[in-house]
Amino acid sequence: MGHFETFADFLQMGKHGLYVWLSYGIGFTVIIYNILSAYLDRRSFFKEAKRRLKRER
Amino acid sequence: MKIKFPRWFYRLASPRWFYEISSKLLPWFAIVAFLLISVGTVWGLAFAPADYQQGNSFRIIYIHVPTAILAQSCYMLMAMAGAIGLIWKIKVAHVIAKSCAPIGASMAVLALVTGAVWGKPTWGAWWVWDARLTAMLVLFFLYVGVIALTSAFEYTASGDKAAAILALVGVVNIPIIKYSVEWWNTLHQGATFKMTEKPAMPPDMWIPLLIMIIGFYCFFAVMLMSRARTEVLRRENKTDWVRSLVERY
Repeated sequence: MGHFETFADFLQMGKHGLYVWLSYGIGFTVIIYNILSAYLDRRSFFKEAKRRLKRER
Repeated sequence: MKIKFPRWFYRLASPRWFYEISSKLLPWFAIVAFLLISVGTVWGLAFAPADYQQGNSFRIIYIHVPTAILAQSCYMLMAMAGAIGLIWKIKVAHVIAKSCAPIGASMAVLALVTGAVWGKPTWGAWWVWDARLTAMLVLFFLYVGVIALTSAFEYTASGDKAAAILALVGVVNIPIIKYSVEWWNTLHQGATFKMTEKPAMPPDMWIPLLIMIIGFYCFFAVMLMSRARTEVLRRENKTDWVRSLVERY
């Protein structure tokens, strides 16, 4: 598979497994955080706006 | 002198038009971003060759460089949008500027943290007070300042104005980040891509990096549009079109 002989080699990344996987893990987390916070922001707007609309009636 | 802009330029300034056009563009950018980041990640992690000096730790480049570039581009966009908002009083421009700040801040954090994780095996330290690193930290604080200022005022318009001025002043920091590796003696390595030279890497290393950079730009476009759309709704909540959207939600 690609650059690495075995899957264990791939996980180990020479002696840099911890650093590489930590970076990719944090990268993934930040991407998910961005998506989630944008989604929650949108949802909270609609909830609030809906409540306001009901009160006006 | 009166400058005449084409019609689309005026339409760009309409919040409703922005809301409608972005709903059509958003899914396409999302698909492209997902594909490019997936391909770039797999290629960079499993198929690119290891660096002859740094070994496999160099694979961090595929997150570190795209996010560092994006943190700076996002800042420039935020400052430009702020300036347009100040000069022409275009509402959508301030919405864009406000939406840039949290995304840019998260990208700056990601660049700093992956840099630290990469620095440990390469330089032997998580952090050094190096010119490049310090300038990048200043960029993060500028984002925090813009976020804080935007919401520090009772009137939206005052917050927008203050944030735009801070963003414009902070633009000085961008060339400092860029040239920090040339002006000062630093630990940080030089730029990977230069306009005038071929990259000092085999294609198997830099092609996935280019894919990741474009992928992250598309991801940024998606996040910016979705945040800006909510902000448009929030600011236009008294209008009929937003009311009918809320009713149908």
